[in-house]
Amino acid sequence: MNDSRGRNRPPLSLHIPEPPARPGEEADFSHIQVTPAGVTPRPDSFAAAHDLRDMAFGLVRVLDDAGQAVGPWDPRLSPDVLRTMLRDMALTRAFDNRMFRAQRQGKTSFYMKCTGEEAVAVAQTHALDREDMCFPSYRQQGILITRGHPLVGMINQIYSNKGDTLKGRQLPIMYSSPEYGFFTVSGNLTTQLPQAVGWAMASASKGDSRIAAAWCGEGSTAEGDFHAAMTFATVYRAPVIINVVNNQWAISSFAGFAGGEATTFAARAIGYGIAGLRVDGNDALAVYAATAWAAERARTNNGPTLIEHFTYRAEGHSTSDDPSAYRSADEGVKWPLGDPIARLKAHLITIGEWDEDRHAAMDLELAESVKAAQKEAEKNGILGHGLHQPFETMFEDVFEEMPPHLKEQQAQMLAERMRKWPNGGQGPR
Amino acid sequence: MSDTPSRRMNMIEAINSAMDVAMTRDADVVVFGEDVGFFGGVFRATAGLQQKFGKTRSFDTPITECGIIGVAVGMAAYGLRPIPEIQFADYIYPALDQLVSEAARIRYRSAGQWHMPITVRSPFGGGIFGGQTHSQSPESIFTHVSGLKTVIPSTPYDAKGLLLAAIEDNDPVLFFEPKRIYNGPFDGHYDRPVQPWAKHPASEVPEGHYTIPLGKAALVREGQDLTVITYGTMVHVGLAAIEELGVDADVIDLRTLVPLDIETIEASVKKTGRCVIIHEATRTSGFGAELAAQIQERCFYHLEAPIERVTGFDTPYPHSLEWAYFPGPVRIGMAIEKVMKD
Repeated sequence: MNDSRGRNRPPLSLHIPEPPARPGEEADFSHIQVTPAGVTPRPDSFAAAHDLRDMAFGLVRVLDDAGQAVGPWDPRLSPDVLRTMLRDMALTRAFDNRMFRAQRQGKTSFYMKCTGEEAVAVAQTHALDREDMCFPSYRQQGILITRGHPLVGMINQIYSNKGDTLKGRQLPIMYSSPEYGFFTVSGNLTTQLPQAVGWAMASASKGDSRIAAAWCGEGSTAEGDFHAAMTFATVYRAPVIINVVNNQWAISSFAGFAGGEATTFAARAIGYGIAGLRVDGNDALAVYAATAWAAERARTNNGPTLIEHFTYRAEGHSTSDDPSAYRSADEGVKWPLGDPIARLKAHLITIGEWDEDRHAAMDLELAESVKAAQKEAEKNGILGHGLHQPFETMFEDVFEEMPPHLKEQQAQMLAERMRKWPNGGQGPR
Repeated sequence: MSDTPSRRMNMIEAINSAMDVAMTRDADVVVFGEDVGFFGGVFRATAGLQQKFGKTRSFDTPITECGIIGVAVGMAAYGLRPIPEIQFADYIYPALDQLVSEAARIRYRSAGQWHMPITVRSPFGGGIFGGQTHSQSPESIFTHVSGLKTVIPSTPYDAKGLLLAAIEDNDPVLFFEPKRIYNGPFDGHYDRPVQPWAKHPASEVPEGHYTIPLGKAALVREGQDLTVITYGTMVHVGLAAIEELGVDADVIDLRTLVPLDIETIEASVKKTGRCVIIHEATRTSGFGAELAAQIQERCFYHLEAPIERVTGFDTPYPHSLEWAYFPGPVRIGMAIEKVMKD
């Protein structure tokens, strides 16, 4: 098999990417170049994509280490807006903490936190219009929270209980809400990207003014759908923002397995002739400013933007994995871009618009509101404890009208339940 | 039945007319796919639509089937009624995730918040020397997926009525067009001259709007001795084989595979007691297996002989040996002889 023997050629070797640190080793982020806040230039939002190449390798940052907002990307938001953004991020984190615990208490099957990544969904939603359409991945619960979706409804979904508007059909956190401009979350990664492009194309073809935004992780940029979406987006100059949330880890595979060793994810835009921005994803002001830039570009028929949000997944992928089994334990504290909530809080304190006491009071109030919502949702039941949707609903919504074969199967299922529970009642499962 | 005047159409013209009617009636109907726009499609099914309805309603796409269907899902979510074309059914596989995990599931997973009125048109089947990448019949891949409807016409009249019904349906429909009979019916004798549609009564097609309901089979020939169940090109091949053998058979053209018109099948098989299923697709796990299972569940005590399946072989579609692969008159004849023996 070794064909190099006897020839004057060096043997080939196969490169298998390896992260800088594994469990038991000290975290190493020396490969990450942190651009100082304020130095990355801000081109016009209508600039030609080929004039934006450097943006894919820079890092848009607004908040500096002293807590000041600096440079051309500073969105100059009012203290009220900043406080609302801080509150939305803190509520997202409080919600995550409570729901994670609910899963550990056996109240549901599964949960996914977005700890450390709150700025992405929250600041972006602030920068988008309320009517813009979001095609999220599974870690953008911050969109719903920022748009004011009732927490009780989200918890009903997580519990798949009788109050769940999705009739208990979807894995927890795979929300769906047309009223809140939030497309039904798929477990199949990156399918939402071409869908967002299609929605944006439809909006443009109808002379609408709404734009679309989609999110995927850095790991799933490897899916064919990502490239299909980028091709359609550039070909039709679709009014869409494609967000790659580079949180460094795809379950246990580091970004190197999606090509992150060779280039940035924002640089994927260059080959498609799309504007690409690389942004400090833990800097809410930078995320806001980049999103507002991309939204303006889309709204003025200047086409799509790819934004890479450079961030860090501070916790496990989901309740089903233990990150200490595959990555260095101190990565979270050594992450060079800090924590998004702590950074926005420090900024508000620095400019004299916030203080520790108000922050502590806010955290307490948010924890209480989540607890109250949880209590309310639990009146509708928790997963596997009887208060689910009626059995016959299993066969609804496969089609608009139930065809004969599904009616037959529905009757069979009900007969099975009758045999299992001869005295009536819905039974635990 | 439409009140509008009718004229002779081949199947391509009937399909084109269906889209023309749908686009005229509903500004949300859009058609797109590879070579679909200016050129009008490699089989000419979308000819003239861009010129008539404009470039935003009939347009070319990049060569990515995943993207074509993914974009259709997004457009449907917006409120459009897309008709994407997959140039050959053999090319549909890159779109499977968007069809199976997305289009088929979005009504269910969103509990009806969104629905997907998408009609995927795609030429399928062999008999045109298309080799293994332009001849496949992948319908049973889709009939196996909950949430998808699968429709296959066999005449110009049915093609237009079924396509309009599919477009107006609020769920995703796979509309497979038997390309061997685009230009004329086919009796399975590849060595005989091609017959044009003009000589067939079902080529008289109304120019206006009409629909044929999905989920209803057509009893295209009535007989007493045997039930032949088939669809697409094989309807014509089966009919010709029956005449040549001189057997008196019911011939059922399914027209829609899902939802299946099991009532029509059941009534016929209980009457005749003998059944031959014909499809061009490969045999193992083909739609014939589903039909045979359902028939034995419902008609076992009426059967006089085991159900026979006449299908393509479980090999890729061969180029030079196409007619040895194709389930033509000889294979059908052998199956009918076997089922009629006792």
